[in-house]
Amino acid sequence: MELIADSGYDADMNTHAESTGKPTVSRKEVVRALQSLLPREAVLYDPEDTRPYECDGLSAYRQTPWVVALPETVAQVQTILRYCHEYAIPVIARGAGTGLSGGALPGKNCLLLSLAKFNRILEIDRLNRTARVQPGVRNLAISEAARAYGLYYAPDPSSQIACSIGGNVAENSGGVHCLKYGLTVHNIQQLQVLTMDGELITIGGSGLDSPGFDLLALLTGSEGMLGVITEITVKLLPIPQRAQVLLAAFDDNARAGEAVGAIISAGLIPAGLEMMDNLAIRAAEDFVKVGYPTDAAAILLCEMDGSNEEVSRDVMRVREMLLACGATEVRTASSDAERLQMWQGRKAAFPAVGRLSPDYYCMDGTIPRKQLPFVLKRIGELSREYGLAVANVFHAGDGNLHPLILYDANKPGELKRTEEFGGKILELCVEVGGTITGEHGVGIEKINQMCIQFQPLELEQFHRVKAAFDPNGLLNPGKAVPTLHRCAELGGMHVHHGKLPHPELERF
Amino acid sequence: MPDRDCSNELRQQVETLVADKSPVKIQAGDSKAFYGNPVDANPLSVSAHRGIVHYEPTELVITARCGTSLTEIEKTLADNRQILGFEPPHFGNNATLGGSIATGLSGPARPFRGAARDFVLGMRILNGNSEVLHFGGEVMKNVAGYDVSRLFTGSLGTLGIMLDISLKVVPSPEVELTVEYEMQEADAIQRANELSAQAFPITAACYDGERLFLRLSGNDAAVSSAHKRIGGDIFKNAVAFWDNLREQRHPFFQSQLPLWRLSLAPATPPLEIAGKQFIDWGGAQRWLVSNEEPARIRKLVSERGGHATLFRGTQDAPVFQPLSGKMRELHSNLKLAFDPHGLFNPGRMYPEF
Repeated sequence: MELIADSGYDADMNTHAESTGKPTVSRKEVVRALQSLLPREAVLYDPEDTRPYECDGLSAYRQTPWVVALPETVAQVQTILRYCHEYAIPVIARGAGTGLSGGALPGKNCLLLSLAKFNRILEIDRLNRTARVQPGVRNLAISEAARAYGLYYAPDPSSQIACSIGGNVAENSGGVHCLKYGLTVHNIQQLQVLTMDGELITIGGSGLDSPGFDLLALLTGSEGMLGVITEITVKLLPIPQRAQVLLAAFDDNARAGEAVGAIISAGLIPAGLEMMDNLAIRAAEDFVKVGYPTDAAAILLCEMDGSNEEVSRDVMRVREMLLACGATEVRTASSDAERLQMWQGRKAAFPAVGRLSPDYYCMDGTIPRKQLPFVLKRIGELSREYGLAVANVFHAGDGNLHPLILYDANKPGELKRTEEFGGKILELCVEVGGTITGEHGVGIEKINQMCIQFQPLELEQFHRVKAAFDPNGLLNPGKAVPTLHRCAELGGMHVHHGKLPHPELERF
Repeated sequence: MPDRDCSNELRQQVETLVADKSPVKIQAGDSKAFYGNPVDANPLSVSAHRGIVHYEPTELVITARCGTSLTEIEKTLADNRQILGFEPPHFGNNATLGGSIATGLSGPARPFRGAARDFVLGMRILNGNSEVLHFGGEVMKNVAGYDVSRLFTGSLGTLGIMLDISLKVVPSPEVELTVEYEMQEADAIQRANELSAQAFPITAACYDGERLFLRLSGNDAAVSSAHKRIGGDIFKNAVAFWDNLREQRHPFFQSQLPLWRLSLAPATPPLEIAGKQFIDWGGAQRWLVSNEEPARIRKLVSERGGHATLFRGTQDAPVFQPLSGKMRELHSNLKLAFDPHGLFNPGRMYPEF
């Protein structure tokens, strides 16, 4: 494997399935077979052609794919899956490749299945407030198409200009507005899915529920482990009459954190409630020049939406609350242009931080809101301990942290130190009752931290869920859920009463 | 009954069940015993496992044991001006949190605020191998591992026992106002969906056969400005009306005929079918009292992309719309993944398990 980072990702090692051990057919045979099933240009195998698929948004992890298929029709995907199922060839589905956890990282002897050509919006139903779209459609394209009907698709990950809706479903993506409008799981209604053996199933319905188990919820966020999504019906919401944003500056992180709690406990649910710390503020201001107060320890961006009258009243209330919580300054956008400008700094925070440092590593833990001051303090201490700077950007309203660790991959050992530091932050999130990933997914990146988040019995239950859909473990092998062996080797296993669970397992 | 953590006793009970290969019918308040196919097995009561474990209003989260009374939870939330956004039906005085989440039923606010599954954040479960497992948590966003807690929601206890459940809660609206309009069914469906496609603070929309009722919720400014724009006569008895609809105490439900629940795309035009209908969820949930052939009802509804549930009463038909080949296989596989010995609520959802 030509891994840059020491991810330890190896489809062989991480999966339960025997089938991924050695391919039953050679690469040449796979290419020949796929070429007979698909248009010639839909099969890539020359490293020159497959290199663009060597990584997703987590570019520290790369591997040149074995074979890439670019089908255009559901029937073609079905044919590919049937073929791969028959010959036990693992399949890794990929959308726009913007994922941040390495979920679409190619694997040894795995077919990379790109759904990028599925880029059509099939139908917008104004009265039922739904859009039926193919998985390769960009997130923002849905809202753009729905605008003519006064509707939009609510989940708005920062990468919405590029990320595909299929990937959003696979990761259960969130965004700035999910405090009020929910995650992907709350905003989809129906999926068309191909199982690994090539059966086409419909999950969900044209109504608000469907008979049987809630497979729609189970498939959402399943990281390409249970099936290949070929069509999605999303819910659309009416565009609010008005949205207004407030910007509050604080000279202390903890006070900003308290203000978040105060707003929520007053019974207000902002459409967005974001926080940035001083390093993130300065980086953003330096990049997009939107007039952020660069001397503030933290800023909060709080957006209220609704009818004109409602927003006017809520903005007044929030303003008073922010001042009462010790904000040194509160600004209200006086025009829509100014509102978008205030957001621009937040939305550009990642690339802005990218200008400060050759590389940065984005974390994604979620914590109970009240733990914010403690967690920030600990991150600061860890930052000094590891000698690596951190810029903090949060979806503060729902406790989702995005600490960005600044590092230089060209400095020997710095990436490894960064990963260790990142791992510590995630462990801290679990310790305070939170989770290792709020919206980016586990993929390959957080596979080790899964051993901390979950007990062996829980991981085994996950593997049984996986096997219910994909008994041979052919879909995205080695991602999302670690094997017990892996956890045991990491020493991340929890010891109860001096006894290791599953003493029958080989270790180390 | 005092608050008590009975996880360990329940785990031991399940251990015995595994040894005896003896299936059980999970029950607590028995208020929703009518829902689903009958289960022929000994009862296993989870009533004693009760109490609110953790509630922090500023975090918008409550965690409680499955046997906790739904009334107690709602009262505790009300003291802090919060509510369960999905307005779970009680169907009696003894409703518990466990039963509400196991049935996954939601009240009139469902299309606008979300269903039971939308508010479930995490769960501690007891599976059919007598293992206590924890999935999800108390935070709003969590994508670590498969979403097992939402899978359990609405699974009618067929996958395991939900020991503790964490739910997202929402602030109570400051003001609620219901307006009514007299109109024909087709116009009511059209109007409800036209208005739902515009930014109004609508939180319920139903049609009783003569009148369309719309509930507006939010702060004073939001509700009064919306009322100005959408018009309609103010309906006086609104709180009792929506409660009675949710609890099926409305006169429509006082019928000896079977009660069907039809789930459809909300804007689906009126369905021509024998019997009487009451339209809720802006058209997405239609109640039907009818003696019509079950097969005919199901055909009509599935042709429109929906499904029909025999909610109450007996008919020569399964309660839930049967599943197709691959879906049936996946359901059976999932059942085995959680309850390999087939211990929990056999047949309550589908005869296969």
